[in-house]
Amino acid sequence: MLQPRSIQSSLTLKDKILSFDYILVISILILGIISMFAMYSTDGGEFKYHTNSHILRFFVFFGLFFLISLIQIRFWHNYSYIIYILIFILLLGVKYFGLTSSGSKRWLDLYFMNLQPSELMKVSLILFLAKYYHRVSLENMNSIRFLFTPIIALIAPLLLVATQPDLGTSILIAAGGIVVAWLAGVKIKFFAYSSVIFLSLLPIAISFLKPYQKSRILTFLNPERDPLGAGYQIIQSKIAIGSGGLFGKGFLNGSQSYLDYLPEKHTDFIFTLFSEEFGFFGSLSILFLYGLIISRIIIIGNITRSTFGKLYCYSFATAFFIYVVVNMMMVLGLLPIVGSPLPIMSYGGSSMMATMFGLGVAMSCRIHKDVPVN
Amino acid sequence: MLSPGSGNTVIKSKLISRRMFLLTAAKAVVLVGLVGRLISLQINQATKYKSLSDKNRFREWKLAPERGLIKDFFDQEIASNEPLYQVHLVPENTKNLNHLFVRLKGILNITDKKISYLKKLIKKQKPWEPVIVSDNLNWSEFSKINLFLHELNGVEPIVSVARTYPDNSSAHILGYVSQISTKDLKTKKYLQDLSVPGMVIGKTGLERKLDEQIIGKVGFQRYEVNAFGKRIREIQVNEGKAGKSYKTTLDYEIQKYTNELLKDKAAAVCVMDIYNGDVVSLVSAPTFEPNAFVHGLDKQYWNSLIKDSKKPLTNKAMSGLYPPGSTIKTIVALSALENGIIKPQDTFRCTGKIELHGEKFHCWEKKGHGIVNLRKGIQRSCDVYFYEVARKLGVDRLSVTAKKFGLGKQVLSNFVEEKSGVVPNTKWKKKFIGQNWYIGETLHSGIGQGYFQSTPIQLCLMTAQIANGGFQIKPRIIFDKNNNDLRNYIKYKNEKPNEPLPLELLTKNFELKPLFENQNNINIVKDAMFSSSNEPGGTSYRHRFENPRFTFAGKTGSSQIKRFTEAQREAEVKQTDLDYKDRDHALFVAFAPYKDPKYAISVVVEHGGSGGSAAAPIAKKVIKKVLERHDLRQKINYSSGGVI
Repeated sequence: MLQPRSIQSSLTLKDKILSFDYILVISILILGIISMFAMYSTDGGEFKYHTNSHILRFFVFFGLFFLISLIQIRFWHNYSYIIYILIFILLLGVKYFGLTSSGSKRWLDLYFMNLQPSELMKVSLILFLAKYYHRVSLENMNSIRFLFTPIIALIAPLLLVATQPDLGTSILIAAGGIVVAWLAGVKIKFFAYSSVIFLSLLPIAISFLKPYQKSRILTFLNPERDPLGAGYQIIQSKIAIGSGGLFGKGFLNGSQSYLDYLPEKHTDFIFTLFSEEFGFFGSLSILFLYGLIISRIIIIGNITRSTFGKLYCYSFATAFFIYVVVNMMMVLGLLPIVGSPLPIMSYGGSSMMATMFGLGVAMSCRIHKDVPVN
Repeated sequence: MLSPGSGNTVIKSKLISRRMFLLTAAKAVVLVGLVGRLISLQINQATKYKSLSDKNRFREWKLAPERGLIKDFFDQEIASNEPLYQVHLVPENTKNLNHLFVRLKGILNITDKKISYLKKLIKKQKPWEPVIVSDNLNWSEFSKINLFLHELNGVEPIVSVARTYPDNSSAHILGYVSQISTKDLKTKKYLQDLSVPGMVIGKTGLERKLDEQIIGKVGFQRYEVNAFGKRIREIQVNEGKAGKSYKTTLDYEIQKYTNELLKDKAAAVCVMDIYNGDVVSLVSAPTFEPNAFVHGLDKQYWNSLIKDSKKPLTNKAMSGLYPPGSTIKTIVALSALENGIIKPQDTFRCTGKIELHGEKFHCWEKKGHGIVNLRKGIQRSCDVYFYEVARKLGVDRLSVTAKKFGLGKQVLSNFVEEKSGVVPNTKWKKKFIGQNWYIGETLHSGIGQGYFQSTPIQLCLMTAQIANGGFQIKPRIIFDKNNNDLRNYIKYKNEKPNEPLPLELLTKNFELKPLFENQNNINIVKDAMFSSSNEPGGTSYRHRFENPRFTFAGKTGSSQIKRFTEAQREAEVKQTDLDYKDRDHALFVAFAPYKDPKYAISVVVEHGGSGGSAAAPIAKKVIKKVLERHDLRQKINYSSGGVI
C-alpha cells in the first residue's frame, strides 16, 4: 500500500499527461467544437459577439480543465471546504452587490466577466459533501448528528439561489448534493422524511414563487394554456425539434431559430437549435457524446481508490447527467422551463467554468487514482 | 495490514459502488426515454411539426386583382383600369414621424385632420405595417414624391390600378365600384376569400351584376416572416388573375350623345334592337360621376347627390316607375282587337268627356275629337275612345296582353335595381290593396293611369315587340356571340333591304315566339302609330322625319302627377303654367324606320309636360343618330361571321 503512494506522489508532468483519459478529453473537445458551430448558427451565420466569446471561453476554460487536472487530488480534497466557503461568500455577495437582469439577481460584476456563483456552487457542493462523507465512518453515516452539517451545507446555498430567484439552478444544486449523500450510504428513509417535510412546506414555498415561476409550472402542465405567452417557448421548441426530422434542415437553415421563433437560443435552447439543423441523427450524436463523457467519469470513479475520489466522480457524473437530462427534457417539453443550461454547449461563462472545473477535478482523480487522500 | 479504518473503507466503497450501479441503470432508462422522445418528435411527428414550422415561417399578403374591363359594342372601353399612384408609409422605417409629416405636408395636400388620423392609426398598428398616406395622387404629385424620396425615410411610392370610367355617360347602367363594406362581406358569398385591403366591388349596375366574374382572382405574395411578423424575404408571388372582361351591346357614341341631349333634365332613354333585343342605349339623367366613388366618396358630393330632387343616383331607365300614360293605348287597342272586342272601323263619339256612374272622365282635348275610330284614336290619342274600348275590354284581358308584351316584370335579369312595375287587374287589387275593382279604374287603366306602373325599358320592350311584328324577344346588354343566328337574316336583308322580314325567318332564326293571335292586328296598331307620328293631327306630327330612312312611328304619352281640378280644366291651364313638380311626365315610344323597323325607343322626361312636345324631339334626335350608326353596327354583326 505504501509503494504506490510513493510512486504516485512522485509523478512527473510527463507521467501525468500520459495518464489523461484521452477519450474524455477528445469527447469534450468535439462537443466544444460542435457548440461553436451551434453558436455560430445562432448568430445567423456570422462571427458575432456570442460566437466569439463562446469560442474564447471554451478554450480558456478548457485550459483551466488541464490545469486543474494536473493539480494533486489531495489538494482538492484539502481545500474543498474552503472552496465551498469561498463560493458561498460569493453567493452572499450576489445578494448584496449582484447585478439584476430580467428580474433576478444572479451575477457578480468582475469587470472582465459577469460571474454567476450559483453555477460554481453546483460543483463545490459536490466537492464539499464528497470530502465530508469521505471522512464520516459508515457507523456514523446515519446518525442525526452527522446529518446536520450536510443539510446546512445544502439548504444554505439553496435558499440563497432560490431567492435570487433562480429555481432551476437551485434545484440542480440540491440534486447534486442529494446524490452525494445517497451514494455515501445515507439511508433512503432520511430522503423519504425530508421529502415529506419538503412537500408539506411546498405550499409555503409556492407562495414565495414569483408569478412568472408559477406560470411556468402551470404552462408546463398545459402548454396550450397561453400559446403566445409562457407556453410559447415550449411549443416553439417542440416545433423546431420536430420539424428537424431525421436529418435536420441543414447547418444555418434552422428557420425556427433564424427567424427568432426560438427563445433563448444561445443558452437553454441551444440543443433545440442543433436538433432543428441536424435532425434526429444530430441529436443522437450529442446524446452519445454526453453519454461518453459521463461514462468515462464513472469509469474514473471505478478505478479511483479513495472514497473521496469515488464519491466525487460518481456524484459529479450523476449531476452532470442530471444537468444534461433536465435541459433536454425541458426543451423536449417533458419538464417545465426552469432555466438550466446544457453543459459545455450553452453560452455562459460561469456554467462553462463550473463544468470545466468539475471535469478537471475528475481528471485529477484519474491521474492521481492511486494517491490516498488524507 | 488491514486497519479497521481500511476495512470500513472497503465496505463503504462497496456500498457506493452498489448504489452507483443502481444510479447508472436509472440513467440508462432515462436515456432510453430521451431517445424515445426524440423518435416521437423527429420521426413520428416530423410531418406535423414541419407544417407547423412552415406555418410559422410563411405569411401571405393578398393582392387585389385587376377588375375586368367593360366594353361597348364597338370594343370601346367604357369601364377600364388606370394606374393609381399611392403613397404608403412604413412607420418603423422612419426616424422622426412628426418631422416626416411636416415634410409630406409641404409636398402633398394633406390636411391636419388626416395627419392626426394617420398618427392614431400608426399607434394602433404594428410598426412594419404600412399606412396609406395618399391613395390617389396625380402624376405631378407622385413625381414630386419620387424626387424627394431620398429624404423621406419610410415613404413608399406605390403604383397600383384602379377602376376608371371615360365619362359619366353610362354611369347608371355601368354602376359604380366602392370599398367592400362589412355588410357586403356577410351577404356576398363570393367575397369571402376575396377580402383584400383596398379592394373595390361593384355596388350598382353592371359592375354589381357582373361582380363575381369581373372581380378576378386574388393573388398573393408569400413572405418569410420572423417571430415578430416582420417580412424577411419574398418566397413566392402569385399575381392573381384579372377579372373577366365583358363586351356589352351598348353604343358608347350614342350613350354620350343621348346623355348630352338629356342634360339638365330628369329623364331616361332606352333604345333596343327589335330582333335580338340588344340594348343599344340606356341613359338616365341627370347622371353622376362614377369615378368619384372609386377612392372613397367626398361627403359634400355625396350630399349633393342625395339632396338633388332630380335623383341622379336612380337609374330611371330601369328603376324609375311611371304610369305608361297614353303609350299603353297601343296595347289597349291590340288587346281589344285580339280579343275581338272591336273592329278597327268601329267608332265612338268623343265630346271631350264621358260620364260613368256620375263620375266625369275627361279627354285631354276639351273640345272633343268627334267621331273616332281606332286609327284616329291612336293618332290623336283620344282618351274617350280608349275609355270606351277599355270598358268593353275589361282590365283583366288588358292585363294579359300588357304582361305578354313585357310590362309588369323585369326586362334584364340580375340587376338588383331594376323594378318590375305594376300591371293591375282585379286579382292584383284584391291581393295588394284588398279592395274590389271599380269600373272607373278600368277606364283610368285604359289610358295608362291609375295603378299602372312601368319602367322606360319595359315601354321600350313593349314597343320593340310590336315593331318586330309581335314576337317575343329576350333583351340583353351583355354581348353573347353564341346567341341568335343572324346569318339568314343578314342575307335576306342584303337581298331585299326594304322588305319586312318574313314570319318564317323570324320564328326559325330567332326562335321568336309569336305574341299575337292574328298578326294583322299588330300591323293595324303599327299603322296607327305611323299616323300618330306622320299624319297631320298626329300627336307627334311636328317632330316627324320626311326621309324614309329615318321615318318613325310612335306614340306619345303623359302621365299625370296631380289630377286637374275642374277649375283648372275650365281655365285651360297649360302644363307649362304649373309648378315643375306638378307637371306631367312626358313619354314617347317609337320604332324606326317605319318601313323596315330596326330599333325601338322609349323616352321619359320627368315633369316634361306633354309627350309630343318634350319627349318626341329627344326621341327624334336619338333615332337619327342610332339609324346613322346602324350600318356600323351591322358590320360588326356581319364580321363576327354573321353570328352574334
